[in-house]
Amino acid sequence: MDDFLKQFINPYYLQVLMLLGIYLIAALGLHLITGVTGQLSFGHAAFLSVGAYGAALLNIHLDLPFLLCLLAGGLLAALAGVFVGFPSMRLSGDYLGIATLGFCEIIRVVFMNLEITGGARGLAGIPRETNLLTVYILVILTIVTIYRLQNSRFGRALVAIREDEIAAECMGIRSIWYKVGAFAIGSFCAGVAGGLYAHMLQYLNPADFGFVRSFELLCFIVLGGLGSISGAILGTTILTLAPEMLRFSAEYRMMMYGTLMVAMMIFRPRGLLGGVDLRRLIRSSFRSRDRDTTTPAGG
Amino acid sequence: MDLQTLLQQMINGITLGSTYALIALGYTMVYGIIKLINFAHGDVYMLGAFVGLAVVLMGANIWLAIFVAMLACLCVAVTIERVAYRPLRSSIRLAPLISSIGVSIFLQTLMTLLKGPQPVGFPQVVTNTIYTVGLVKISTVQIIILVVAAVLMIGLQLVIKRTKMGKAMRATSEDLRTASLMGINVNAVISFTFALGAVMAAAGGVLVGMYFNSVFPLMGVMAGLKAFCAAVVGGIGSVPGAVLGGLFLGVAEVLGVAAGLGSYRDAIAFGLLILVLLFRPSGLLGQPEQRKV
Repeated sequence: MDDFLKQFINPYYLQVLMLLGIYLIAALGLHLITGVTGQLSFGHAAFLSVGAYGAALLNIHLDLPFLLCLLAGGLLAALAGVFVGFPSMRLSGDYLGIATLGFCEIIRVVFMNLEITGGARGLAGIPRETNLLTVYILVILTIVTIYRLQNSRFGRALVAIREDEIAAECMGIRSIWYKVGAFAIGSFCAGVAGGLYAHMLQYLNPADFGFVRSFELLCFIVLGGLGSISGAILGTTILTLAPEMLRFSAEYRMMMYGTLMVAMMIFRPRGLLGGVDLRRLIRSSFRSRDRDTTTPAGG
Repeated sequence: MDLQTLLQQMINGITLGSTYALIALGYTMVYGIIKLINFAHGDVYMLGAFVGLAVVLMGANIWLAIFVAMLACLCVAVTIERVAYRPLRSSIRLAPLISSIGVSIFLQTLMTLLKGPQPVGFPQVVTNTIYTVGLVKISTVQIIILVVAAVLMIGLQLVIKRTKMGKAMRATSEDLRTASLMGINVNAVISFTFALGAVMAAAGGVLVGMYFNSVFPLMGVMAGLKAFCAAVVGGIGSVPGAVLGGLFLGVAEVLGVAAGLGSYRDAIAFGLLILVLLFRPSGLLGQPEQRKV
């Protein structure tokens, strides 16, 4: 598949497209935690790194098949998510965000000091298993799963917690379990994305998974429009491709990226698709067209 | 660890901690008033260090350098607030946060472009003699840091408790809308708060640059995060809390390194942060959050 595509696309852009897919999976996980459940998380990169290192080490040392490694990495990250989700019983709002930020930094420092992860030198020699097809099959799978989840009993409970936790508890929702559940599922996505990332770059460095990466993921979903899947997808796509598009400006690239973030927030404070319901938009545009054709002349 | 080493490390820890406290004050005051985690604050601190360095290189003494850095950072912080945060004041909570991250990336890249990513050394502006007081040794630089930090913190406390503007700040942090109904110019108060925070951070930047003899564009990232931890540990929104939290984290970090946890240095602050949050969710001196139905 990749060899076939390489005839048409420059391998560098192929890599960017794969990275986009990987970020999409991770961002959708964060979307479930922050966008749907309303739990602020500044530590999503930690789950990404747990998944990445987990999958890579299993592949190197135990020689497990790739998909099994991805699954195991995802499960490890989900375990970490449960571990972080429990403190969220006591903390709320910004305090939860700060605690997850602390967790993210601790994980990074631990990976930097462990022998098995290669320490600060990083982990090299991971086989290249990720290809565009696998990534995008998983992206579609994630989108469908999150979409179905959001419109299930579980998802409605999560939205209720986001809107008003006390009211939700009064309605009989055990908010603790739902919050931990959201963290587990969201981190699972991040873990799978991490596994893909590890097997794409073939090299992992703890410095890549600092809080900066966490904020990047948060920016993806907020810029697109917090709480909507299409928003998360749009935000991720724009912000992942923006540094490539801005490449013409060479060293001013990151400066423009920063300015772009400020400008986008100022002009669309609720995100690009904030408050826009795509389904309703499409449906209403169809309906108005129907009305145009069925309304009798002069009526 | 014998008593002498312990005391010595305490002095080093308090020196480091008071620089954290200087930065933490900016975080805590801004959060207290507009509930914004101002991620660009660490970069204002970095700018302060660079301005101070530039002034020192022109041949001025350290006091002038600190003063000029304060003025420069004051202007920068007020401009940032005006451009990037004020238009977003009534939008969702995460919007100004993302905007502050954007500003932070902008400032870091700007300074990297101007000065290069490598750390720049700080010329020796004061003759560094080491005094022995009882069991411990203390250097001139450490004394300067402690004195400047103490003077600034006392000054800040006086501004907040004794002046009309300070009263307005306290009222605004209590309830922004009611304060504006009472005839307080809320926008001016917020600008003033940003200015005060930036002044503290600028002094911190110059002092740290002098203490560690290095200034670089990314120096605000880790220092800013740790100072932010300090603000949260002390109870975010509380000014004495920020000082206490800063000193606490500084001492803990230095003692941790002395105890052989050097490679986990950056994790100490965050570990303590999580521990404190688990047992006292609103920090050491913070008011417990009321949950209203």
